[in-house]
Amino acid sequence: MAHLNLDPGKIRHCRELARKISAPVESLIDSHTTIAIERATLRLLGVDGAVSQANQVVPEVNVIIQDLQKSGGLEHGILRWFVNGMIQTKMTATELATQVAKRKIKLRDLPQAPLEEVRAKAHELCRDAVERLVEAREQRDALRADLNDPFDPTGRNGPLLYVIVATGNIYEDVIQAQAAAQAGADAIAVIRSTAQSLLDYVPHGATTEGFGGTYATQENFRIMRQALDEEGRKLGRYIRLTNYCSGLCMPEIAALGAMERLDFLLNDAMYGILFRDINLKRTLIDQHFSRRIIALSRIVIHTGEDNYLTTADAIENGHQVLASQFINERFALHAHMTEDLMGLGHAQEMDPAHPNVFLLEIARAQMTRDIFPSSPIKFMPPTRHKCGDIFYSHLMDAMFNFVGVLTGQTIQLLGMATEAMHTPLLQDRWMSIKNAKYIFNGAKDLGREITYKRDGMIEKWAEKVLDETVAHLEMIHHKGLFRAIEERAFAEVSRREDGGKGHDGVMLRAPDYLNPFFELL
Amino acid sequence: MSQNTAQVNLKKLKPYGDIMNDGTVQLCFTLPVEPSPEAREAAIQLCEKMGYDQIKVATMEKAANGFSLFVIYGNLKHTVDFTQIHVVKVDAQKRSREEIDELIKTRIGRKLVVIGACTGFDAHTVGIDAIMNMKGFAGDYGLERYQWLDARNLGAQVLNDELLKRAVAENADAVLVSKVVTQHNIHMRDMKDLMNRARQMGLMERMIFVSGGPRVTHPLALECGFDAGFGVGTRPSDVASYIVEEFLRRRDLALLDEGAGTAPAAATVSVPAPVKRSKLAKSPIKKAASRLVGKSRIAKRPKTRASSKR
Repeated sequence: MAHLNLDPGKIRHCRELARKISAPVESLIDSHTTIAIERATLRLLGVDGAVSQANQVVPEVNVIIQDLQKSGGLEHGILRWFVNGMIQTKMTATELATQVAKRKIKLRDLPQAPLEEVRAKAHELCRDAVERLVEAREQRDALRADLNDPFDPTGRNGPLLYVIVATGNIYEDVIQAQAAAQAGADAIAVIRSTAQSLLDYVPHGATTEGFGGTYATQENFRIMRQALDEEGRKLGRYIRLTNYCSGLCMPEIAALGAMERLDFLLNDAMYGILFRDINLKRTLIDQHFSRRIIALSRIVIHTGEDNYLTTADAIENGHQVLASQFINERFALHAHMTEDLMGLGHAQEMDPAHPNVFLLEIARAQMTRDIFPSSPIKFMPPTRHKCGDIFYSHLMDAMFNFVGVLTGQTIQLLGMATEAMHTPLLQDRWMSIKNAKYIFNGAKDLGREITYKRDGMIEKWAEKVLDETVAHLEMIHHKGLFRAIEERAFAEVSRREDGGKGHDGVMLRAPDYLNPFFELL
Repeated sequence: MSQNTAQVNLKKLKPYGDIMNDGTVQLCFTLPVEPSPEAREAAIQLCEKMGYDQIKVATMEKAANGFSLFVIYGNLKHTVDFTQIHVVKVDAQKRSREEIDELIKTRIGRKLVVIGACTGFDAHTVGIDAIMNMKGFAGDYGLERYQWLDARNLGAQVLNDELLKRAVAENADAVLVSKVVTQHNIHMRDMKDLMNRARQMGLMERMIFVSGGPRVTHPLALECGFDAGFGVGTRPSDVASYIVEEFLRRRDLALLDEGAGTAPAAATVSVPAPVKRSKLAKSPIKKAASRLVGKSRIAKRPKTRASSKR
């Protein structure tokens, strides 16, 4: 592949700065828990029921955690109380969960077994849970090996064709996803209902109504996974499934995604803070536990830096994207993830009217590839400058596909000609896949045939962005991540440490906090 | 057009491909059946029912198992009378940023407060940012850049109630609402909800309510109770032109009412003696007066607007 001549010293310096920036946050992470982490812990033990409360279906994990938060004691970890409950009642986790959620048993009112016994039993339960996750992972890997799997994190096999479905109805999504797979898609994302990241619970069961997407539920994951497995077997090609591990239920979605054999999860250390106004601490603590699960299940994450370019100008703010990628990489490493699982995100969102815009886009795409050579880079399509002229939009997508294949991007979310109009129709996706197949095939090895001109426009632009990234990371290091975010370091959005949603779900861990998953994952 | 080509007939307007009145239209759709001669015939018959003749199926493709995709050209039989078309649209003279600033400076004499947000669960700030943020859109600077506008962008996922509270607290002259992502017309429900709340809070006369977004049109905005709606391609200066003009129109109307003695007594709370328009905005005190006049004296919503609804 053609590579840019970037200064490795500057790149090393960026990584060093990212490490320093995240260090204080990592100690915050290691000393706190959240209601979402505690709920995810119960879900990993197999608690998956729901109860009816005031005409609403509420997951059992929410009732259990909420009650314990009210009565006090959650800072010791849910397992401290829940496993004791299992010992006292001799019930399984699911049986006990139902009784507690129906408020027939109060965890705090039960006699207390010796703490050592509780610890030992908790450890055993968590080990079994981890084994189940490993089994799911192995089952998934076996299917990949059985079928043809085109995925290579370094992008050697060319970009993966990745599309979204978003009908709001999981059964309709299945039809659309299977059609996309037949047309050539390698990966399918089921877009979530637009408000889901702000729900402090994971909806229950199969759903047929959503807004701008379909609710992420365990049952919906299962339905789509099964449909794609069937379709993959017919096509002789493994089809990847993506969902969204962001928002107030990040750790729980990771748990459900791991159990239901998802391949990709959108998971960003800072997205929720910037774009969903979720509390800063809550997001950073939650993302860590979600990534611990993700690391074990070897799910590839997609980070959300592409979003920066939809709110801030893409030509002026390339350095924000790169700086954020370094920080995301650092947090992922802290959560035991390996580089081949870090799908760092960026996008082709520059103003199409800008002179030589493709040179700048090539510079950005190539430098992302070169700076993170082992990571599966996720490349997002133009959206910001699309406005209903579907013919022009289709052309923009073609150029996006060209840049993607030329620069060796790994996961290419295909653009839709009808972007900014409606969620994709069957024919929109079909047309888009045809576009990508044509260009990925026709320019397959172009990147191996060219070299970038020394000190040419492309290299100079990449160098400029790298220099600005160094300066940006130095600024963030100097101010501290929290203050930098408050002063709009990313995406021109300002967030305060104590602001945003979900702050009341953050707790300092007690010295005897019990959660063996932190050792086992 | 030369003598050798037909002139456009505005009384019987139809699409143009390469010969006047050929009525050529391109269509693309899928049918939920496998491609087959029967599927092709079904597509043709559907096009006939739509009012096309000389239907040419350019391609029939297999889009997926059980789905066929068509690209079709046909000549439309129908026409419309262009001379009889009436469109409900935002009625404001298009002005540049400099002209708008000048107009506010000389005729209002204080900054107009504009509050904007993308409401409900919609997380897409792209629309409200394009209109409000300094940078603007397509070379047209955003409202923040206007010297005589005090523009405050609250961002996304702002609840209706929250937006109105802020508008009251900040004494807003205009409220901008952006709607981007929607399904099952949730954007309309949400817009109507906002305006119901605004009505209950008695804000309709005090503030100008404007909505915008890819699916918003002026008639739709009116239907939802807004004063104006802007769709795709709207520039910040379009919105600013409207706000200023509407503000002045309401104020002048109020002054007119004042002159005719028709303003309800309840609306005259602590307002100094009627200020003549020519005297407005000369001294700080009178600026304040003009603000109060502008806000509290508009008792009636002009009937012409209501009747302009379809």
